[in-house]
Amino acid sequence: MSKAPASVTFRNVSKRYGLVTAVDDVSFTIEPGTLVTLLGPSGCGKTTTLRLIAGLEMASEGEILIGGADVTRLSAADRDVSMVFQSYALFPHMSVIENVAYGPTVQGLPKARAREMAAEKIAVVGLAGLENRSPSELSGGQQQRVAVARALVLEPQVLLFDEPLSNLDAKLRRRVREDIRALQQDLNLTVAYVTHDQEEALAVSDRIIVMSNARIAQTGTPRELYEQPADLFVADFIGDANILDGVLEEERGDRGLVRLGSIQLELARRGAKKGPVKLAVRPDALAITTVANGRASVEGVIEHSSYLGRSLEYRVSSPLGELFVVDNGRAAVHAPGSKIQVGFSESGIVVLPN
Amino acid sequence: MTAITEAAGGSSRPRSAGEGRGKRRTGAESVRSGPLLLAAWIAYALLPWYWLDFQAPAGMAGYPLGPAGSGLALALSGKAWWLAPILIPLIVATVAWRTADPLRRNGLLVFAGALGLWAVLKQGFVVGLKGWNFAWVAALMGGPGPSQAGFGLGAGLLLLCFLLLMCQGLAGRGWCRGDAFIVSAVGIVVALILLFVFFPVSTILASAFQDNAGHLDFALFVAKITDQSIWGLDCVTGRLRCGVAWNTLFLGVLVGVATTALGLAFALIATRTDFRLKGALRILSILPIITPPFVIGLALILLFGRSGAVTAWLSEWFGIPRSRWIYGLPGIFLAQALAFTPIAYMVLVGVVQGIAPSLEEASQTLRASRWTTFRTVTLPLLRPGLANAFLLGFVESLADFGNPLVLGGNFEVLSTKIFFAVVGSATDQGRAAVLSLVLLAFTLLAFWAQQMWIGKKVYVTVGGKGDAGLPLPLPKRVAVACYATALPWALFTASVYVLILVGGFVRSLGRDYTITLDHYLSGFRIEQGAGGLVFSGGAWDSFFATLEVAAMAAPLTAVIGLLTGYLLTRQRFAGLRAFEFSTMLSFAIPGTVIGVSYILAFNVPPFELTGTALILVICFVFRNMPVGVRSAVATLSQIDKSLDEASLTLGARSWTTLRLVVLPLLRPAILATLVYSFVRAMTAVSAVIFLVSAKYNMATTYIVGRVEAGEFGIAIAYASVLIVVMLVAILGFDRLVGKRKLGRREAPPVTVAAGG
Repeated sequence: MSKAPASVTFRNVSKRYGLVTAVDDVSFTIEPGTLVTLLGPSGCGKTTTLRLIAGLEMASEGEILIGGADVTRLSAADRDVSMVFQSYALFPHMSVIENVAYGPTVQGLPKARAREMAAEKIAVVGLAGLENRSPSELSGGQQQRVAVARALVLEPQVLLFDEPLSNLDAKLRRRVREDIRALQQDLNLTVAYVTHDQEEALAVSDRIIVMSNARIAQTGTPRELYEQPADLFVADFIGDANILDGVLEEERGDRGLVRLGSIQLELARRGAKKGPVKLAVRPDALAITTVANGRASVEGVIEHSSYLGRSLEYRVSSPLGELFVVDNGRAAVHAPGSKIQVGFSESGIVVLPN
Repeated sequence: MTAITEAAGGSSRPRSAGEGRGKRRTGAESVRSGPLLLAAWIAYALLPWYWLDFQAPAGMAGYPLGPAGSGLALALSGKAWWLAPILIPLIVATVAWRTADPLRRNGLLVFAGALGLWAVLKQGFVVGLKGWNFAWVAALMGGPGPSQAGFGLGAGLLLLCFLLLMCQGLAGRGWCRGDAFIVSAVGIVVALILLFVFFPVSTILASAFQDNAGHLDFALFVAKITDQSIWGLDCVTGRLRCGVAWNTLFLGVLVGVATTALGLAFALIATRTDFRLKGALRILSILPIITPPFVIGLALILLFGRSGAVTAWLSEWFGIPRSRWIYGLPGIFLAQALAFTPIAYMVLVGVVQGIAPSLEEASQTLRASRWTTFRTVTLPLLRPGLANAFLLGFVESLADFGNPLVLGGNFEVLSTKIFFAVVGSATDQGRAAVLSLVLLAFTLLAFWAQQMWIGKKVYVTVGGKGDAGLPLPLPKRVAVACYATALPWALFTASVYVLILVGGFVRSLGRDYTITLDHYLSGFRIEQGAGGLVFSGGAWDSFFATLEVAAMAAPLTAVIGLLTGYLLTRQRFAGLRAFEFSTMLSFAIPGTVIGVSYILAFNVPPFELTGTALILVICFVFRNMPVGVRSAVATLSQIDKSLDEASLTLGARSWTTLRLVVLPLLRPAILATLVYSFVRAMTAVSAVIFLVSAKYNMATTYIVGRVEAGEFGIAIAYASVLIVVMLVAILGFDRLVGKRKLGRREAPPVTVAAGG
């Protein structure tokens, strides 16, 4: 593709419906050629943000720039942006090729040229030979690829995906998300991608924008978000976490000595001051043993256990509160009621700022 | 909002060499006022201001003055100096067109459009056919004042141009996401509804408060509306007649109860029994659409009138004396019950089918007997549907005009009373207006009750998921009751229709059963004349006029109705709810009231339309528009909005999207609306009877005329021709679309949601 991808910039954008604020003073930049995920629980404003980029919603306040140009007041038809819809939104009265050729056709290109462009993109998504099928004759995965081809055909500056995997079955999702990522990297596209599935977001993104209650909770690479969550919400939303109360007893440079019940851990302080702190403890940072394992373990009683094949999940009651533990080892299953020890490793535990 | 065009017009947006992108239009180009402005100037300066009669060519004598003179020429020559101020908004609009700054330009456009509309309308209402229309203007200006005819081609086009200019300005200022097409569509629909629904109805209101000389008289209104002939209760105490309002209400309640009970019996048989002739029940859903309502009354006269078939038979074999019992309450009641039971049936079939079978199965697994289940689960769930069916029957009875007209005798109801107040020997428009107000109040109250009371109690019993359960068969006693009510009634209905079809082929029902084609010949004779075929039968004129008007009204109804439905479902703008309500209003207004209000509003300038085919077309379009709206809303709400959005993100504007994506998907709704409005235009009688002229007589009014003249044979022959024509139209449509959804008359939001 000859064209350079464009950046997307939001400057203090808000969107209000009457008294409801769907997007509240949001600012971010999507660098050209990257895939950025908007992640958050339903109702957090991520889809509205995506629609603001597309021009399907008009911002109440703020500026939206695509490729450096102000598009805040441009309608969807005038923005160089295409979107793959959650429902795919394939026109049911048109064949595959007509669907894909729709964009160039309404731009006024000759029909033959439009079809040529469409056929090229259908080949890119690997559907050559199905051009004359109607969308209803395709499987869900194929329909989705038609939707992608249709969005690609105008070679937009920015490509948007609205929960593209939600209508696919679990096995297919992994395949399709790899395909989307490969396509984005091969064609060097700027992509904004909405999902509520944190695992999906971690898997495909260059960067993730986590949204909560119409605002941005944290922005960062997948690794940054998982290992250094900015707050309780992000820690809890990206991967599971046990949120425990601890006390920072001693500041040691950028690290600190944290007391958690009977145990003491030395952790990165992340700006926290001496006094009570919240800790996010990943379930796989905990290990269940039958005998005490030095200083860093507490007693507990198994409340509930689930066997998931690849791993074991436990709910353990302990003096620190209820703990959620994932055991990836091949250890024996502990029956509910067993008295056990829960060991803390320092790697999967983070101090939350404030 | 700042101007959308400002951002769009700037060249700051980098464009790359990618193909197709160069074609993407910008917002600035989409808001182009040049052609509109040109049209406005042509309308004002060149087109005939007053001439509208397309049947008679305008006399070109003296042009640009004279009868076909243009607004500008008449204004400058001083013949119609009051047209001169219209120049100001035109000049403002021209200045706007030359203005580069988009914010200022759009502001000027809005100002020019609004001022233009005001200027044209104001002069039209102030200067009437007989001089000043308002006493205070006459006092101010002195003398009787100048006179002018109604708006013609030039004036109409100019009004439209001003409206569109204003809409363009508003779109430029960011209304409806800056989409000029959407703003213009909303503007046009709102203007049409204001002109053809609100304006006539408010004219009725005004006229009710005036004496016949046009002076405001509140005491007279009070006297009229509390009149003994409307509200009298003498029938309770003595043998005198009751007021016409009570008659109407009493009849409405009777008909509502009867049609609901009968409709329920039919609906239960159709959905919950293995009755073998269910196919025949489907006919029930088509009948009310293709039968002009008064035809039932006509058939009843032929059966039970003094010389009716049954009357004759009874008097011959049992010596029962011939009487006129059918004229009056019993006759009207029978006719309306026959005519409106199918409507109740259609509502209730939907409701019965909408009850999730799993609810009844749940009741059964809790060890309730079939009867207990029916009594404690099924019936309560049916309650909103029953209330709905009752209200529909009630409202239909109130609005019915044909049956009381042919069967009423001395029993007066509001709709006929209104008619006679307008066309009778003692013409009294004020009285007609007062009676119309009472009728309108009753109907609106009924609709309001429906919305307030039932609308909130709707049990949506079928969710999106399919329900695997099987509906229970009816308990024995209910089944027996249903069959006992429904079967005799079905037989009765069938015999009435057989009579309608056969009646035209015998000399005189009840007297002389000789088979003859005389009735058809006198109505529909075709002769081989010198210049080819000559349609010499007496009915041909009205038949062709009806076809012509119906064929003109149908596509317009579809366009306006579907466009409105599209706006309602796919666009968000301020005042959406009020907009929706106003589109449904014309459906709630009884035809008689519409007829009277159209006469009052459109008989005088500036909108002088009576006597033309145009007013009939307009009347049908706005009477039937809600059906188009409803079917578009129903279809579009099943089509995901993301289809439109996908089209938008691919660079198609809303007009292109509408044309390429929405319209193809709306095809079934379009066809249904076309056929429905065509058929309704052929069967309607209540509103058009006020609006027909010698030139444009309609089939239904022709038949009513024959009935009143006692020529039953030709009336019934004509009616059966109409029924056959419409049956062919509907079946042809059925074949074309392959979908049997036509049975739904405007079914107000019933409890049904389609199972998944």
